[in-house]
Amino acid sequence: MRNYSAVLFCLFPLYLAAQNDVLKIAPAAPLAGKRGESIQIKTSLQLQGGYHLNSNKPDDPYLIPLRLTWDANTVETVSVQFPEPRKEKYEFSEKPVSVFTGDFAIASTVKPKTAGFIVLTGKLRYQACNHNSCLPPKTIDIKIPADFR
Amino acid sequence: MRYALLFAVLCLAGCVTAPESVRAAVKAETKRNPAPNFSLKDADGKVVKLSDYKGKVVLLNFWATWCGPCKIEIPWFIEFEQNYRDKGFAVLGVAMDEEGWAAVKPFVAARKVNYRMLIGDDMTAQMYGGVDSLPTSFLIDREGRTAATHIGLVSKKVYQDDIAQLLGGSVLPVPPVSGGAK
Repeated sequence: MRNYSAVLFCLFPLYLAAQNDVLKIAPAAPLAGKRGESIQIKTSLQLQGGYHLNSNKPDDPYLIPLRLTWDANTVETVSVQFPEPRKEKYEFSEKPVSVFTGDFAIASTVKPKTAGFIVLTGKLRYQACNHNSCLPPKTIDIKIPADFR
Repeated sequence: MRYALLFAVLCLAGCVTAPESVRAAVKAETKRNPAPNFSLKDADGKVVKLSDYKGKVVLLNFWATWCGPCKIEIPWFIEFEQNYRDKGFAVLGVAMDEEGWAAVKPFVAARKVNYRMLIGDDMTAQMYGGVDSLPTSFLIDREGRTAATHIGLVSKKVYQDDIAQLLGGSVLPVPPVSGGAK
């Protein structure tokens, strides 16, 4: 079984880039670590020019925050650190809005719960707008090959 | 005499030339297609069909509570509903929130929305071309045909011009709304 998993792991693309029209997730390096020990995951995002994502802490309760979660069956999430959001004033907003724009990264710390060659799955929930319209909220899967021992 | 003739020509040109926004937005009657007839529920659970509004000019607005630009338009639509209702005009809001009324009811109550609100679904959105971004609004004429489409936030004047044209020029000027009219 382990050999079969190892073959799958080798055949797995070195990265999986989840993407849609405006947001791309840059290649993620395969993970390696020991069960119960902390490992770091850097999730790099590239947002198309002219668009913004609500930050993880938007000021307006109706706005949909940026969220990143990891499969709780596979890892224990110790922390998810977002960069400092920008306060931007848009044509449609009376007050500056807390947003992320351009290229930025989210730093996660997790502890593997299991051992073996696996694919760690994360879910990124976001909602993007430009200066005069908004796209529906989306949740996309992030898949990273991992060798946990 | 020469100047009088020039003046007359300019006046005539002014009379036959519609404002830019109107020419750009409202289609000629011969180019309008029937608006898809949806069936959605309002806040009271009553089924509402577009065909119920035949004979009226309808502003059909797809929006969501999480959409910042959509919030700018809502006070305009409240005003349009109030001022033009008696002239055969209605606004229909179609909220695309996944949480449905749980999100929409408190939002519209806080803003005292005076027009009919419906909860949208994917099927209705697909009928209207997918509605990939919000706000997206359609101006529907008295015969139930799509006369104009606006994707994204446009100015209040564009809507006013559309409505005026579709109501047959029977719209009185609306005083500007504070904090948003462009």
